Amino acid sequence: MTSIAKPKIAHPSLPKNELGLTRRDYEGGMSTLCAGCGHDSTTAAIVEAAWGLSLRPQELVKLSGIGCSSKTTAYFVGGAHGFNSVHGRMPSIATGANAANRQLNYIGISGDGDSLSIGLGQLAHAIRRNLNMLYIIENNGVYGLTKGQFSAAADIGTKSKKGEANLQTPIDPVLLALTLGASFVARGFSGDKQQLVPLIQAGLRHPGFAIIDVLSPCVTFNDHEGSTKSYQYTRDHYHPAVAADFVPKAMAIEVDYADSAVVPLHDGSQLRLRKIDPTFDTSDRAAAYTYLDAKLQEGEHVTGLIHVSSGADHELHAQNKTTSRPLNALPYAELNPGPAALSKLMARYR
Amino acid sequence: MTTPTIAGGRTNDFVLRFANVNGTGSASANNLIMKSIFRMGVPVTGKNYFPSNIQGLPTWYEIRASKEGYLARGDAVDVLVAMNVETYARDVKDVVPGGYLIYDSTWPRSTLLSRDDITVMGIPFARLCNENFDGVRNRILMKNICYAGAMAALLNIDYEVIRTLVTEQYAAKPKLVDANMKAIELGYTYAKTHLTCPLPLTVAPMDATKGQILIDGNTAAGLGCVYAGATVGAWYPITPSTSLMDAFRGFCERYRVDPDTQERKFIVLQAEDELAAIGMVIGASWNGARAFTPTSGPGISLMNEFIGLAYYAEVPAVLFDVQRVGPSTGMPTRTQQCDVLLCAYASHGDTRHVLLFPANPHECFEMAPVAFDLAERLQTPVFVLSDLDIGMNDWMVPELTWNAEYVPDRGKILNKDEIDALPKFHRYLDKDGDGIPYRTLPGVSAKGAYFTRGSGHNKLGAYTEDSAEYQDVVDRLTHKFNTAKKLVPPAILTGDGRASIGLLSYGSADGAIQESLDQLASAGLTVDYLRVRAFPFGPEVESFIDQHDVTYVVEQNRDGQLRSLLILETMADKRKLIPVLHYDGLPMTARFVTEAVLAHRESTAARPHANARGA
Repeated sequence: MTSIAKPKIAHPSLPKNELGLTRRDYEGGMSTLCAGCGHDSTTAAIVEAAWGLSLRPQELVKLSGIGCSSKTTAYFVGGAHGFNSVHGRMPSIATGANAANRQLNYIGISGDGDSLSIGLGQLAHAIRRNLNMLYIIENNGVYGLTKGQFSAAADIGTKSKKGEANLQTPIDPVLLALTLGASFVARGFSGDKQQLVPLIQAGLRHPGFAIIDVLSPCVTFNDHEGSTKSYQYTRDHYHPAVAADFVPKAMAIEVDYADSAVVPLHDGSQLRLRKIDPTFDTSDRAAAYTYLDAKLQEGEHVTGLIHVSSGADHELHAQNKTTSRPLNALPYAELNPGPAALSKLMARYR
Repeated sequence: MTTPTIAGGRTNDFVLRFANVNGTGSASANNLIMKSIFRMGVPVTGKNYFPSNIQGLPTWYEIRASKEGYLARGDAVDVLVAMNVETYARDVKDVVPGGYLIYDSTWPRSTLLSRDDITVMGIPFARLCNENFDGVRNRILMKNICYAGAMAALLNIDYEVIRTLVTEQYAAKPKLVDANMKAIELGYTYAKTHLTCPLPLTVAPMDATKGQILIDGNTAAGLGCVYAGATVGAWYPITPSTSLMDAFRGFCERYRVDPDTQERKFIVLQAEDELAAIGMVIGASWNGARAFTPTSGPGISLMNEFIGLAYYAEVPAVLFDVQRVGPSTGMPTRTQQCDVLLCAYASHGDTRHVLLFPANPHECFEMAPVAFDLAERLQTPVFVLSDLDIGMNDWMVPELTWNAEYVPDRGKILNKDEIDALPKFHRYLDKDGDGIPYRTLPGVSAKGAYFTRGSGHNKLGAYTEDSAEYQDVVDRLTHKFNTAKKLVPPAILTGDGRASIGLLSYGSADGAIQESLDQLASAGLTVDYLRVRAFPFGPEVESFIDQHDVTYVVEQNRDGQLRSLLILETMADKRKLIPVLHYDGLPMTARFVTEAVLAHRESTAARPHANARGA
């Protein structure tokens, strides 16, 4: 999260959102990642998504673990509080933060090392809890900061920069999330902003745990011949099954393709899906799993919105029946039973 | 120090031990007996020695009646009720000469292990219950209640007090009142008819429990968290801390659920492990809720990484460490004070943490809001170091009261107007010179946004790898820790401070020491006693050591952890600090302390500064 402040010069003609803010208002510090890093494109997509949703910057909370991807929370929406926690443990920080104030928007940025190795347990349990947050994995199959070790997302046979082949089976976060019952599962590619921005917007609006696995090539340690997470390989093998457009609730849907589906989201906005593969059904968890697995055997990573189901009814606070007001804002008088209640309670112990 | 013999008769001064099989419902019977004595106005304590097991293993419960009001474990068993055949041989050995042993004589034994110097009495509990109750489970449960009736006859416990208690306990299920009273009556009548009642050990009404309650520390701490205004509890189940969260949840369900909407003003998060539990506490506290986690030593071990983050990024967190015997899994159902050093310096790098040492359940309750106030005022983790003895045993303590004037100290949190009035917000600036910076909460103002990180940061909150900037921040953290010395509860002195010998201790050792002070006085030794209640130590701790020729540091661990902390954190002369260490996993007795001190006094007549260890 080394970062350098960006000069703030906004051209008067820059387009403004509903809050009168420009895209520049959703930027953060200058990235210190390698030039051409896929993560920077994801950061740009988040900026675009947040601007497009007219999110109040202070109503976004950015959380991350440790790693190149986790640094990026410093590079977007400078007006939001950020928490760069410890390796693989961002989900627990997010759980606590969300427990304290359910009314903010929580976005977690993690990587394949942070989420699929050291943090696999916490990721799994955040999904189980159906924590209301958007969880983005910037997936490059490699450890960058420690210089090029395979991550748990590395495909069998993929080669490291030194030429060594990975022999262990990968953990696919999308298949994992489907199995664990995540209510919003998507995959994007950092090089396809058109697809990624609406996915991020929909993920932020989804009232439950939304996970987006973003294929995000590492230009320094995993962009060579023989790598299955290189830009070239990803461009050749990524398979958009569904193209999504996010439609805020205020906007009317003008076009309704024959091969499209409209997914209503909790807040009244909608996700319009254009099916590239007409057989794909985002509501059928098992079918999605089978489809993805089959494509994976062909060496293709299916992208787009893969699964969405109702999240609101079993979101963490719904399970707990928590008051709709943020717990951190309840006046002490409402929390303290008072001296009389204590005096009455003492009878139990006499 | 010698206990009067039983033959001469003793009133309101004896120890009962019940040897049971766990999972047979003996707890209700034991509690009934203890509470009956308490209701008669006689001070009592109960100690439960139980296995790490759900059903079928030996468990013992010990009740001490003490007209003097001593709260420590007794050091001899006067009456033993041997309900567990498996442990009978051992139980026979544990009875004090002149004492009594009662066993279930349903099945006549050809040879019965006995002793010439004790009285063994048979009562056919199983037969009585088999003849009067149906169902295997019911008969087992009633067998235990039955011995409560026998004890009432043998000890002169007021029968009406027992009836009242049973009626209160099963107010919602009148049928159970009848069944329980029937079992009690069976035991009572049998004892009255077949045995000489009462024994020379009797209960007589007193007036020494007015204003007192019987409560365990975990219940009191959980209640304290409710009163402190905690809204987020995160935990991973671990003995002996589990009942703390059970209590918090139970009290919240009573006091924090909207009667109309059923909406809850709290959340309890059962984490996947202790790493996540402390992460949730840190996330919630960072976001402005009062959050806590109850755990025990193994949990603290796992939490170390996050504790360092909270220390360095300056996030409040409250941890209750209900200590149990280590190392490793150790003995999960036995007590020790063995996490002092672990908590004081938890996590890698230079870290020091605020610790509170409650001595009994009353202080568990009182220190809960103190812990939250300190954590938020100092923006740092605060550990409440209870232990299994305090946490899970019933102690007689003054009734809990609440000061209606209490206002939580939320520390230096800037609101929107305060943020807007600033030219620019900087998270880690020491504006007031007390080492404590100002913080902001998410959702309030974009201008107050900052980036929380466990990596090197400068006083403005920005990332740094600059040596001077790094040092500036960690030096301020030391300064902040010095500020903590003025805020934590001071140590409590017993005595006039003029004796040449000092006793210094903390936590649950207090019960044994209070009693030992009287024993030492009877032996002609005057000592001052300082009970440390917090770390960092206030100046009174160092002064106490300086002002005494020798200070016995009494604690329940092998390595003298508080003594180590005193040596590290004060300028006190370590040769003056004599360790008195009890670490077998059972609560310490007064006799242990007294004998250790007296033995050391004798040995130092020839060899000054000899070690009291193993005395």
